[in-house]
Amino acid sequence: MDRRPTVTVHFDGVEHEAFVGESVLECARRLGIPIPSLCFLEGISVWGGCRVCVVEVAEDHRLRPACATTCVADMEIKTETPRLRAYRKSVLELLFAEGNHVCAVCVSNGACELQDMAVQTGMDHVRYDPQSPKRQIDASHPKYVFDPNRCILCTRCVRVCDEIEGAHVWDISYRGESAHLITEMNKPWGESMSCTWCGKCVAVCPTGALSYQGRAVGEMEHDPAMIKRLALARNRHEWLYPEEAK
Amino acid sequence: MAAPIDLHEVSEREREARFRTRWRVKACGSTACISAGAGAVINAVEDMVEREDMQLEVQVIPTGCMGLCSAGPLMRMMRRGGQETDYQKVTPELSREIVRSHVINEEPLPEHQLDTGIPFFTSQERIVLANGGIINPDRIESYVAHGGYSALEKALTTMKPKAVIDEIRTAGIRGRGGAGYPVASKWSLLSAAAGDTKYVVANGDEGDPGAYMDRTIMEDDPHRLIEGIAIAAYATGASDAYIYVRAEYPRAIERLDRAIRVARRNRLLGRRILDTKFSLNVEIRIGAGAFVCGEETALMASIEGRRGTPRLRPPYPTDSGLWGHPTMINNVETLANIAPIINNGGEWFASIGTAKSTGTKVFALAGDITNTGLIEVPMGTPLRDIVEKIGGGVPDGGTFKAAQTGGPSGGCIPSKFLDTPVDYESLRELGSIMGSGGLIVMDDSQSMPDVAKFFMEFSMDESCGKCTPCRAGTVQMHNILQRIVDGHGTRGDLRDLEHLCTVVRDTSLCGLGQAAPNPVLSTLQYFRSEYEALLAKEVAHG
Amino acid sequence: MSDTTTRRAAETSGRQQGDHPSGDNRFELVDKQLKRGRYSQDQLIETLHVAQDVFGNLSEDILVYVARALRLPPSMVYGVATFYELFTFDPPGDHSCTVCTGTACFVKGADDIVQGVSEAYDVPAGETAADGSLTLKTARCLGSCGLAPVVVFDGEVLSHQNTESTLELVAAAVGGGS
Repeated sequence: MDRRPTVTVHFDGVEHEAFVGESVLECARRLGIPIPSLCFLEGISVWGGCRVCVVEVAEDHRLRPACATTCVADMEIKTETPRLRAYRKSVLELLFAEGNHVCAVCVSNGACELQDMAVQTGMDHVRYDPQSPKRQIDASHPKYVFDPNRCILCTRCVRVCDEIEGAHVWDISYRGESAHLITEMNKPWGESMSCTWCGKCVAVCPTGALSYQGRAVGEMEHDPAMIKRLALARNRHEWLYPEEAK
Repeated sequence: MAAPIDLHEVSEREREARFRTRWRVKACGSTACISAGAGAVINAVEDMVEREDMQLEVQVIPTGCMGLCSAGPLMRMMRRGGQETDYQKVTPELSREIVRSHVINEEPLPEHQLDTGIPFFTSQERIVLANGGIINPDRIESYVAHGGYSALEKALTTMKPKAVIDEIRTAGIRGRGGAGYPVASKWSLLSAAAGDTKYVVANGDEGDPGAYMDRTIMEDDPHRLIEGIAIAAYATGASDAYIYVRAEYPRAIERLDRAIRVARRNRLLGRRILDTKFSLNVEIRIGAGAFVCGEETALMASIEGRRGTPRLRPPYPTDSGLWGHPTMINNVETLANIAPIINNGGEWFASIGTAKSTGTKVFALAGDITNTGLIEVPMGTPLRDIVEKIGGGVPDGGTFKAAQTGGPSGGCIPSKFLDTPVDYESLRELGSIMGSGGLIVMDDSQSMPDVAKFFMEFSMDESCGKCTPCRAGTVQMHNILQRIVDGHGTRGDLRDLEHLCTVVRDTSLCGLGQAAPNPVLSTLQYFRSEYEALLAKEVAHG
Repeated sequence: MSDTTTRRAAETSGRQQGDHPSGDNRFELVDKQLKRGRYSQDQLIETLHVAQDVFGNLSEDILVYVARALRLPPSMVYGVATFYELFTFDPPGDHSCTVCTGTACFVKGADDIVQGVSEAYDVPAGETAADGSLTLKTARCLGSCGLAPVVVFDGEVLSHQNTESTLELVAAAVGGGS
């Protein structure tokens, strides 16, 4: 049983207990309250860039990213309001308009977090002009493929490669509209000297941007939960994969 | 260790030297006048003095900005005992003629004279820019002779750190960089923060297009900034300070660099300042061309040598800033106000301006206006006084249409609000912000959707790309504005634009994104008919 | 700062050709900066500034060199260098024309100047002409708003410009223009 000290918080008017220091998103996940999110991943640092997980925190009516807001006593959190729904939908529309997201030909069709978010928020069409960027697929790596057309710049791969694997193969180059992922000095991934072929970046990618070589449409499934296992296993003395432990 | 500077003796010596010659020629050597040819003027006068053996008669002093940039290069003839004559649009030939006429014939040249009795000069109240056009920025003695470093001496020798913060609180000064957060509160937070290592950062990343007061302070009065930083560090218990300067300001970097070295040699910086227990190390960090680095957390990332992307707050910099240590970031203009507050007292400062916005504010007047340049007025001065009296109104028979304040994060104020007092709250109520103080006047030839598109392009180019609404939203807003400006916009476009404005404003991560829709929102609010006129054609076709 | 470093670079390379292991003595100035910053990783931007002053632009070799020296991941160095507007990766043209596009200059018609030069010399803003004769740049705000519109040609700041005067200026130095 978890004996951490707790504080009382309200989610959409209902009273709950939150652990001291816990983020609103973690608390909501634990309680089974759905808050959509994209760039957040348990086990690595908080980025706060996707802005899908915004919630309303009472009084000041400012929107806060749930992933980076710490629960404090008597916090009144709203996770579902017409305003939030409209904003989340718009942010997703912006993401869809920004890249080239064609689900019908995507390796991750059916197992894509971006797609799930669109379903969850009821985003059925995109109001904005597609930006249709021209981006080259990088298939130079023997084991993996990087398709920047489907990248949403959540930086999960960057963080996991730096923080868990310690290789820092990935980073973002340029800024604003031109921002994109690079490996080393903007060289093909296959030429990278620092890549350890660990595959963590592929495991955590929320879309079809990173996948295994040779996967056909809809065949790619990611395993983002792996990072939480890796990050927490040592503390918990769990030396086997859950399925092996059974 | 060398003995510290004797402020009193240096200033006495400097005052004596002032009256060594009968004439002093002060020539504005600030960037604006240099671009207009002031360098050649200064050289011409210096050459002439040397060639014609007038060293005993005339001394030439290059100074900082005199204010009226549109009349530059400016030159001032000062006779021992008082009489001063200012000249405008001086050329090398003219400068020689002026000096000769004054020194030999004791005759001014009225046709080239600049009338300093005009409201541009008389309506101003100069605190921050007090030394502009008076001291030689390259000489610490010149600054000391005008009361420089006396505030630091006073604070270090007669005041406890807490008393300094109390004085700042009495003054009621608010941050000059944009949001107007009370300075004393920030200082108290850093002072109360735990830890031995604390940092003070001077934010000289003046990115708002149209604002150049921070550059002027750094170039023309670098010691004043250093003195402000030293007092801030003393009050808050910081032992290290950084000045973050845009790389676009090489002269400011050069002058600050020299000023820091001179101050260190005179024991005004470094270890055991003025023989007290207080030590402070100041370093310059140079930006590399990113507007977003004016944002506190992005600025810190840049000082640490990383990509200048903002991070989420909390934790606030005063809890966890540079390398995880408590850090306080103050704007350059804010810090330039500190020495006068300590010297004259907080109550004196609070008596200037309005109750909630105390002191003065420096504005950079530009655009469709007769007198362009740098001005300083008490907070709460009506916009009309700034535009019509000080600025001399719109030239060439044009009519005033709007004043833009706050750069890409601000808005356009239409003529019906010309009588609004300029302070933090009033500007925010009008959908604009004080910002760093750029004030661009636009006449009726300017199209407001065009202006909105210009600022949106700026925000789009300067977005760091971290959060979705700012990265992709500014692109979409720019696309829609482009369509409207080109005459292809529809009512649906206008609706989408307004919706996007609220999405980007409310969901963006940092101030840059949250404020990016402001120029669109304010022009939509006051000049909606202009947008609709551009749509009209399409509607008529059905 | 840039003048003195470049001059020192010229002196150094003249005096002791080939002393630096890389065969290019200009790297010595980069080394000096690295040493001054005690190889601290937060000195990355300062080091890149010096490297660009010395070499004129940041080629891949230089970025790799700096990354190795500061023990930073190459992708991070590339990410930082591309984030900031002032770092350039292509060699600059023989002449440079920078048009200020700040608000005051915009209000006074800076856009027309950019477009005029861009069309006359077939060089998009921010790039160098194909023959390497001219680099056309835009600046955010040079802080000389009283002199708008402002153009900086080969380091000289020129006030109250218009398309014709700028084109004349460029033609005098670069020649041609269509």
